[in-house]
Amino acid sequence: MTDMQSQGDVFFVRQEILKATPPPMRVHGVWPWMRKNLFGSIPDTVLTIVGIVIALWVAIPFIQWTLINATWSGDREACAANTIGACWAFVKANFGQFIYGRYPDPERWRVNVFFVMMAAGIIPLAIPSAPYKGWNLLYIYVIFPIVSGVLLIGGILGLPPVETPVFGGLFLTLLVSYVGMAMSLPLGILLALGRRSKMPAVHYVCVFFIEICRGVPLITVLFMAGILLPLFLPTGVNFDKLLRALLGLSLFAAAYMAEVIRGGLQAIPKGQYEGAKSLGLGYWTMMRLIILPQAITIVVPGIVNTFIGLFKDTSLVYIISIFELLYTVRNSFSNPVWATSTTPASGLVFAAAVFWIFCFGMSRYSKFTEDRLRVGYKR
Amino acid sequence: MFRMAVAEAGRLSVPRDRWYNNPLVRSIAIQVLLVALVLGTVYWFANNTVTNLHDRGIASGFGFLSQRAGFDMVTFLNVTAESTYGYMLLAGLVDTIIVSILSIIIATIMGMIVGIARLSSNWLIRTIATVYVELLRNIPPLLVILFFYLAVLATLPDVKNAIQVGPDISLSNRGLFVPAPVFGPNFHIVLIAFILSLIIAWAVRRWAHARRMATGQGFPSGWVSLGIIAVITGIVYVATGDPLTFDVPVKTRFNINGGWDLSPEFTSLFVALGVYTASFIAEIVRSGIMAVSHGQTEAARALGLRGNLVLRLVVMPQALRVIIPPLASEYLNITKNTSLALAVGFADLVAVGNNVLNPTGQSIEVVAIWMVFYLGLSIIISVAMNWFNARIALTER
Repeated sequence: MTDMQSQGDVFFVRQEILKATPPPMRVHGVWPWMRKNLFGSIPDTVLTIVGIVIALWVAIPFIQWTLINATWSGDREACAANTIGACWAFVKANFGQFIYGRYPDPERWRVNVFFVMMAAGIIPLAIPSAPYKGWNLLYIYVIFPIVSGVLLIGGILGLPPVETPVFGGLFLTLLVSYVGMAMSLPLGILLALGRRSKMPAVHYVCVFFIEICRGVPLITVLFMAGILLPLFLPTGVNFDKLLRALLGLSLFAAAYMAEVIRGGLQAIPKGQYEGAKSLGLGYWTMMRLIILPQAITIVVPGIVNTFIGLFKDTSLVYIISIFELLYTVRNSFSNPVWATSTTPASGLVFAAAVFWIFCFGMSRYSKFTEDRLRVGYKR
Repeated sequence: MFRMAVAEAGRLSVPRDRWYNNPLVRSIAIQVLLVALVLGTVYWFANNTVTNLHDRGIASGFGFLSQRAGFDMVTFLNVTAESTYGYMLLAGLVDTIIVSILSIIIATIMGMIVGIARLSSNWLIRTIATVYVELLRNIPPLLVILFFYLAVLATLPDVKNAIQVGPDISLSNRGLFVPAPVFGPNFHIVLIAFILSLIIAWAVRRWAHARRMATGQGFPSGWVSLGIIAVITGIVYVATGDPLTFDVPVKTRFNINGGWDLSPEFTSLFVALGVYTASFIAEIVRSGIMAVSHGQTEAARALGLRGNLVLRLVVMPQALRVIIPPLASEYLNITKNTSLALAVGFADLVAVGNNVLNPTGQSIEVVAIWMVFYLGLSIIISVAMNWFNARIALTER
């Protein structure tokens, strides 16, 4: 357009200034967060209200029962009078028994040393950057079992002998799970390698064992270890009940472990096997140096999950009268000195808390290793 | 010179050709050794067992199954002290199956809800679901069962002050009372009509699907099938004259009469197992849904599907492929965990077996029965799940 017109004649050009729009809604702070996460829409608001009702309906009675109305000290009379709160006095009075079982009082320091030695073995192993992993494994598999065996059972070096039937409580739970974990890992590796073997006899023996163990409940395996094993052995040959329970539990856990390890073995690309073989490595050298280090690293979260399952399963060894933590707690309910209506609930909440702390700790560790392994895949 | 080097290398590799280095020989030797070891151990065990049983005067074999048991247990089948051991074990087996089915139903429904809740955009709902999962899956199942049994059901009020859970359903320290269905003489006709209507509804759905594929015309087959089932079954139900009534539990002064009395042992067992396993199923459901890539959701949205339809038609069918295999193993775990009934004294297969094993001493036979049953059940569930899995598997061109 060449003929210029005055600006005022252009009808599509706005003459007045627009009113300022309000500033955008705040996106930071408490109220915007609540609007986004709790009251986004009408159904969301309804859900939030339902959630608040559920949370209050569960949390308030629980807090009242465990903290506000609880009996913290006193004896049975104090607990019997208070039927609306937990009886922590009972837990406090039996705490020693819950931890050490019936291990003789003056010898309890030996169990404490066992706890410290166990932590000293496990903690450095769990920290990926801690050095001397080889020595650590030697400690876990050889030094610690021998030393703690001598320490706990005694009878030599001036230590008074202690029979295994008096072992109990959290101490026995930890002992059983330690042995189960330590045994199930190598056994599981062997079973997994056997299952992947090209030799039919080896393959089928391993598959048979793994599938039988995974197909039946732990209780039946423990019954086998407790009742059938003495029948299977020559007359007169009998070994410690605790040892039999450990054997049953380790074999059971090994079957589950084998499947976890097999998953790791399957994830290793074929080139790794071929590369190792072309270097002239034999089967065991190849497995030890090339395949297993990679396979096990991948499945550390799965291994830890199996450990959690094993830790929870130790609560079943009471079936063949091994008095671990849960049974020790249950056993004290019938003690007339403390029998009240709130005793069972208090004891069980205590046992649940102990189990929960250990299992939750392990599951956090599993999460940590998972995140550490995923670093290479992070985008 | 070159030849000499080759010859040298050849000589060096001579020891590799020794017969004991031959992989085939080694493999056969290892296998023969392993088989011999396994068979030898089995033979040794069997031999010892025969001697031990002979010494203790126990006759092996399954003859004891037809003997009179002489003890009584509370089971779903009617057993008395006059029942045989075999019938007792059968009753225990039925109990195991009933508890498993009930726990599986509870665990699946709760697990689905909690799993989806863990992915909710609502912070509170998500947190409650997370707390539920983290709390329950880090506690032994035995402890959960004992908690329900000793700390929840045992501390409930007595029957006089029973808590009303719903209409005609009450909870007390005697267990859960629910109305019991009473089947009239003509009930089987209604059942047949119901099955017939199911077949008709299925045929309608097939026809509707075929027509939709051919012409693209929609058909509200869901509502129509529901209508067919309701109308046909309803008409037959009225025509045969009310063949199904409910025996409602009635509260009298000191007791509750009639209805089904689910014992505290049974109630705590199936509720605890359901609630415990729900935490695992929730994680399976959550990871299954998360495994469906976000592009699928976005594409479905781009096609104009609403939130509900996106979940039902696009996300869930794909998530199920990831969910089904671990879900099957969770169902197996429930079945195996019902053996914890022993701890609360509910008469499942293991608890009954334990009672049979003590007076008769037939421990080998009883353990064999347990193993056969659980292995059989494992096989059945895994075969069923594999069939289902194959049906929903990805069909590629």
